[in-house]
Amino acid sequence: MERPLALECRGITKTFGSVVANKNCDLQVYHGEILAILGENGSGKTTLMNMVAGIYFPDEGQIYVDGKEVTIASPKDAFSYRIGMIHQHFKLVDVFTACENVALGVEDKGRYRLADVRRKVIEITQRYGFVIDPDKRVADMSVSEKQTVEIIKVLYRGADILILDEPTAVLTPQETEKLFNVLRRMREDNKSVIIITHKLHEVLSLSDRVAVLRRGEYVGTVQTAEADENSLTEMMMGVKVELNIHRSEPKDTKERLVVKNLHSVNDEGKPVLNGVSFTAYSGEILGIAGIAGSGQRELLESIAGLYHLTEGEITYIDPKTDAHENLRDKTPIEIRDLGVRLSFVPEDRLGMGLVGNMDIVDNMMLRSYQKGRGMFLHRREPRDLAQHIIEDLQVVTPGASTPVRQLSGGNVQKVLVGREIAAAPSVLMAAYPVRGLDVNASYTIYNLLNHQKEQGVAVIFVGEDLDVLMELCDRIMVINSGMVTGIVDGRTARKDEIGLLMTKSNKEGE
Amino acid sequence: MLAFLVSAIRLGMTFLLGSTGETITEKAGHLNLGIPGVMCVGAACGCYAEYLYFTEVGIDIDPTLAILIPMLAALLGAAAMGLLFSFLTITLRANQNMTGLAITTLGVGMSEYIINEASIIFTKGSRYFRAPLLEIPELEWFGELFLGHGIFVYLALAIALITTYVLNKTRIGLHLRAVGENPATADAAGINVSLYRYVATCVGCGIAGLGGLSFIMDYLKGNWEYCVDAIGWLSIALVIFTVWKPNLAIIGSIVFGALYVASSYIPGVSFAGKELFKMLPYVVTILVLIFTSMRKNRDHQPPQSLGLSYFREER
Repeated sequence: MERPLALECRGITKTFGSVVANKNCDLQVYHGEILAILGENGSGKTTLMNMVAGIYFPDEGQIYVDGKEVTIASPKDAFSYRIGMIHQHFKLVDVFTACENVALGVEDKGRYRLADVRRKVIEITQRYGFVIDPDKRVADMSVSEKQTVEIIKVLYRGADILILDEPTAVLTPQETEKLFNVLRRMREDNKSVIIITHKLHEVLSLSDRVAVLRRGEYVGTVQTAEADENSLTEMMMGVKVELNIHRSEPKDTKERLVVKNLHSVNDEGKPVLNGVSFTAYSGEILGIAGIAGSGQRELLESIAGLYHLTEGEITYIDPKTDAHENLRDKTPIEIRDLGVRLSFVPEDRLGMGLVGNMDIVDNMMLRSYQKGRGMFLHRREPRDLAQHIIEDLQVVTPGASTPVRQLSGGNVQKVLVGREIAAAPSVLMAAYPVRGLDVNASYTIYNLLNHQKEQGVAVIFVGEDLDVLMELCDRIMVINSGMVTGIVDGRTARKDEIGLLMTKSNKEGE
Repeated sequence: MLAFLVSAIRLGMTFLLGSTGETITEKAGHLNLGIPGVMCVGAACGCYAEYLYFTEVGIDIDPTLAILIPMLAALLGAAAMGLLFSFLTITLRANQNMTGLAITTLGVGMSEYIINEASIIFTKGSRYFRAPLLEIPELEWFGELFLGHGIFVYLALAIALITTYVLNKTRIGLHLRAVGENPATADAAGINVSLYRYVATCVGCGIAGLGGLSFIMDYLKGNWEYCVDAIGWLSIALVIFTVWKPNLAIIGSIVFGALYVASSYIPGVSFAGKELFKMLPYVVTILVLIFTSMRKNRDHQPPQSLGLSYFREER
């Protein structure tokens, strides 16, 4: 049966400078379906959708809405064709309330009255089963609430085609399930939902059809029912890849880092760490799971000597001498020289650790500049290291002297993680090292971490994806609101069990 | 005492115009350090127009036109400077701080050139601007304090109040604040970021230009002094002092005015002492900055994207 098309793209091409983001892409979306767009990082998923949403303008190709050719030159045009996009980085004004954010950019007739907006927002939340306080300020909201505001914003404008860019990257399993239920209700409401993702299990559980992009080119569309993880990965990568993490049994474990009763407060005086205690062993990967902002960052930074603690102790046991060192007395540089390394990949990737306008070699030198003799820098070693990382981790870059800012997100991360690993640490802390990375690059990083573990390094891994944590880690520590709510065995733990621990103390507190 | 308050209010309203203009600009995310220059140009254009008008008509002067023509000239002259600033920072993506300082230097120079073409005495025109709104002798001090000012005082109040209303209660205000807080969000919401910034900057500069004119015509009674830019810097300080709220600026401006003129009303202050007194508004602003940054109250912070240019397709 021929169903009417809601949206169609034909031969879309977009280039940024010399980089081709999309090349001759086709796409069809029907009414009342959920279409997943799958692709590696930098494969042009987001760019393609940004053109449909009017953020970018295609260099070539046509877009059809309901069978008619349209020109979408601005987000406003997109709204007028009932297309709404929920971006990966939320486009919300922090100091505005939910209602004010919803009202933004809407050119209703008649006077602007916030009370009217509020009433309509409540109507939408009831229809689709959202939970949100319309008068709450965005700055005070959790990530999941912010996402809800984004979706309401789009529905408020009466969008029939909703595009979600990696919506689950920041949600707990429970929140994800809630979101999927909302999306399924929209499908029943005959809306078209396009979801951009690289998580295969989500594609398989949610979508009706899957469109696959590879390096900016459209590979094809398949019915989800006829696909499985292997076939989709093959389409994405163009070659068969094995998606297995070889988790070896921890060998020769010794106490490496003993953390006791850490407390600290943030700038606003609220406690962010609330009595965290744990022990990290050599030759083991300790996973840390938790909702974003539960204190993961502060915990790792305080171990690295970058965050001020009000209470607690951190003892490091030197593998060579067995000496017990108290890290709280040491400067960040001393801690680093002991072999405790932190690679933190923040949400904006460039925010911490790399300087965007400097090239890869210079960024390598940020860690080694003190080694130079006299006042001159030694560039040869960092250059070799940069070349080494580019080859080993398959960093896609025109050369070692390209500013890091011009690399795609995944490649930036490889540089960052590669640099920390290159220092042969004895404790390696990796926070979100695969954030936003595609499947292949993620597995490269996982295997790097595993390799470190086999060499007797104590690895601490903060991750977002529970499936990965459960596949990679030997033990998983769950933290919530700066407290450890449980440490489970990575081999036997169940997902819902971890999910419950992630939200546990919240419910007790309320 | 009464003379001191009246003087503080009149000078304060000059600050108020300048700071309301700058607030509108900053709410759209533009840090316009060109305001001192813009106020100079506004003052000079207004004065020059008055000079031309008087030379043209001789003794046959229409009081309404004598006010309207200079005002319009000040508004347009200053808005043109705003347009230049916008063109450089929005279209050509120049750095806002650098451009602002250049505009100030340019504006000060231009105003001196324009004034040299005319005259430096505008006391005749000043009379029309200083004509009291209402003269009711029975009200004594009350009348003089609240009703006895020239048009600029009431205009400044009206503009500050209208600006507050527009910023907080209308869709245009909501959009404008969004543009200053998070232009990418505003853009994705279908708001024309460049248009909002252009218009806000030009309107803001126009208002600030009126402030320059009011300084010469109202506070200085038509005697040109080469220090309009000092008023501009204080106006920018006032924006910070009153945490980006034009309604608070009404009170803040009078406080600034009082601090600035206080030395003249305290007997026995030396010349050096007077200059020290004129520093007080800056000292107060620094104290406010320290205080607000310690409190970290979200209501009292500058717009988040203040001073940052926005390019849509930047990767």
